[in-house]
Amino acid sequence: MKVAIASGKGGTGKTTLATNLAMYMAGTEPVVLADLDVEEPNSGLFLKGELYHREPKYKMIPGWQEETCSLNGDCQTVCNFNAILKMGNHVMVFPELCHGCYACSELCPTASLPMQAKQMGELKHIKTDNLDFVESRLMISEEQAVPLIHQTIDYVDEKFPAAMVKIFDSPPGTSCPVIEATRGADLVILVTEPTPFGLHDLKLAVETVRQLGKEFVVVLNRHGIGDDQVERYCEAENILLAARIPNSRHIAETCAAGKLLYQDIPEVAAAMDAIARLIRSRNGGGHS
Amino acid sequence: MKEIVVISGKGGTGKTSLTASFAVLGGQNLVVADCDVDAADMHLLLEPDFAHGEDFFSGELAVIDQAKCSACGQCEDVCRFDAIDMIEGCYSVDEIGCEGCGYCARVCPDEAITNVKQNVGQWYRSAIRTGTTMIHAQLKVGADNSGKLVAKVKKMATEVAGNEGKYWILVDGSPGVGCPVISSLSGASLAVLVTEPTVSGLHDLRRVHQLVKMFRIKSGCVINKADLNSDVRRDLHRFLKEEGIPVLAEIPYNEQFTAAVTNGKTIVEWDADLEQLVRGCWEKVTQLADDR
Repeated sequence: MKVAIASGKGGTGKTTLATNLAMYMAGTEPVVLADLDVEEPNSGLFLKGELYHREPKYKMIPGWQEETCSLNGDCQTVCNFNAILKMGNHVMVFPELCHGCYACSELCPTASLPMQAKQMGELKHIKTDNLDFVESRLMISEEQAVPLIHQTIDYVDEKFPAAMVKIFDSPPGTSCPVIEATRGADLVILVTEPTPFGLHDLKLAVETVRQLGKEFVVVLNRHGIGDDQVERYCEAENILLAARIPNSRHIAETCAAGKLLYQDIPEVAAAMDAIARLIRSRNGGGHS
Repeated sequence: MKEIVVISGKGGTGKTSLTASFAVLGGQNLVVADCDVDAADMHLLLEPDFAHGEDFFSGELAVIDQAKCSACGQCEDVCRFDAIDMIEGCYSVDEIGCEGCGYCARVCPDEAITNVKQNVGQWYRSAIRTGTTMIHAQLKVGADNSGKLVAKVKKMATEVAGNEGKYWILVDGSPGVGCPVISSLSGASLAVLVTEPTVSGLHDLRRVHQLVKMFRIKSGCVINKADLNSDVRRDLHRFLKEEGIPVLAEIPYNEQFTAAVTNGKTIVEWDADLEQLVRGCWEKVTQLADDR
């Protein structure tokens, strides 16, 4: 059972929800939390545990072998991403533009562009009592988050049984990284806040998950501030508002310090309980 | 012409509220570019008229002509993105998975695959209520190539600034450190880093600053919600001092940020205290951007 926590707008509380929900649920059953916001992974700041495993993550890019190259220029022609440039009797590879499709490498008649591993990030696996936490972080200046997100999900798929609850803290937005993080999910939780920005970006996020054909619910964070437009929208669109987390300076201060909320704040514990029940009911309901 | 790019690493730090306020304070002497193309929000505050809009095409998608396909499966074999599958006896392309590399089309012996340019969104040139021009865009949901659309928005903003003789280009960047942010930063005179004294805010600031440093772009920092946590605030100041990043403003935690947005206003039009703080900040921003 994979649960992706996403939002259109950044800073609405995805990580707050993901970490609190994961630790709350880990009180009664084993849970996996994976931070797929590889550009800015924050979940680990709220969790303590022991490092169980770490591994560098690589992407494959072509490396030019001058000795065998016939300089026919096919590589430049086949690359749709302008990642290869033939200049005079030199071939240049631009790794940051390469998507790793292998076309130049495998179509080269002299095999002069063998694929080579280039590190793009690192994966860490941390264990606490009942929680397995997996985090990947993209190296600075790497542009593409998607391949690292993909490999992180593969790691989770390989290490843990399908029925186990796995919570994915997803990147913000509606473009390719969030698609990669949510496309395999059984349930998507969209976190928003009751402001015009929150509503606008929620609508985009809803459009995205509907296109993916995913079951989804909304969690309203900072409830009490702003206006009631998000609640009206959810009602009009028949979207389940699974929980409300109240707006309070105390909550903001607790998060600022890197602490979890549910142990001290009953409203948050109640919200986590409601969401946990929802997840368990779906998990028993025929999903893998 | 100088370009000021506002970024934050972490979302929800008040980046867009601040940028829209700068737009109000800068008035007619700037062009606004909303480069947060996959969750663009600035139009909610600046009321663009969407006077001119164009589709934006970037990247390709493989399309299989079933009439020509002999189902040999070579396309599936070469696809590194698992985007081609046999479904009900026909090879078909998973539109989300396809990266548009074109490898499948090159190996297809039946010439059954074509690459179709993708419409990934729209960009607009608008008049806004501050008496100037804004270039903004909307990426289609789930689309690739946000970095390319960001580059387009910036290119158009630069053109407009040149034609209309504007001195400033004010860019609202996107969260994170990946392709849209890298694209937002290219050619910037100054990066304004908006952060907050929270463990996440500090963590993300460090990462986004690494990126800014790598591109040798001058930066200054705005600390929003500055009184949320004094310990983290101290760490934040230490980091900024070590890196030689000037503090452009410290803004206390203030729920008027939300009240202003809810009323469709920027914070400088809504709250006198915030107006004073942000006006001082904008002066420092322009000075720093102009410094040699």
